[in-house]
Amino acid sequence: MTARVQADPFDMAAELRGFGAGAGAVVTFTGIVRDEGGTLAALEIEHYPGMTERALSEFGQDAAARFGLSDWRIVHRHGRIPVGDPIMMVATAARHRRAAFEGAEFLMDWLKSRAPFWKRQVARDGATAWVEARPEDEDALSRW
Amino acid sequence: MTVEVLYFAWLRERVGQPRETVQTDAPTPRALIAELVARSEGHAAAFADMAALRCAVDQRLTDLDAPLTGAREVAFFPPMTGG
Repeated sequence: MTARVQADPFDMAAELRGFGAGAGAVVTFTGIVRDEGGTLAALEIEHYPGMTERALSEFGQDAAARFGLSDWRIVHRHGRIPVGDPIMMVATAARHRRAAFEGAEFLMDWLKSRAPFWKRQVARDGATAWVEARPEDEDALSRW
Repeated sequence: MTVEVLYFAWLRERVGQPRETVQTDAPTPRALIAELVARSEGHAAAFADMAALRCAVDQRLTDLDAPLTGAREVAFFPPMTGG
C-alpha cells in the first residue's frame, strides 16, 4: 500500500516482487510515452511536491476501501521522460479479478484528472507544448 | 494574513515565477486572484482564462469561492494531466 513520485525509472518486476501476497488476483497498468507518429522526443512532467504524494495516497486508500483491495501500489514519474519509457504504474491486488480490475481503473481515472501533474510535450525539433486536459478524462470520473 | 501563492505549468510561465509570498485579506481564492492580477501583466495573462483554472488551498483541491480563512498555501494551475 504505497504511493511514490520519482524522477528515476522504475522496474516493474521489482515493484511486483512480494506485491499482493496471498491475493487471488493482481492487475497492473503501465503508462508509456507515445511517439505521436514519430514527432515526439519526450514528455516533461511537472508536479506539486507534497500535494502529489498526499493525493496519490488518498486515491489508493479510497480504492482499497471501495473495492476491498488487499494491496495497491502507485508509482508516477516526473521530469523529462523519453519516448518509449514508462511514465507511471498502478498495481492492485484483491481476492477476485473484478475488484482488482475495477480498482486499477478507478485509480487511473483519478490520476488522470485529480493528481497534480502537468505534461508538456517536447517535439523532436525542440518545440514544446503543454498537453491539454481531455473532457473525456473528466467525464470518466462520473462513473465512480 | 501571509499566504504563499504557488503557480504550476503555464500559469507559472505566465506569472514568471513559481511562488511568491502575499499579504492579503482576501476571503476566497477568487478574491485573491482579483488582487494578484493587478501585480503585473504576466499575472493578468495567467488568470485571463478562469474556465481553465484549478485551485488548491493547503494542498487540497477546492473551489474558487471556498473560504481562505487560515490558509497558508494557495496554488493555482491548469486542469491536471496525470497518468
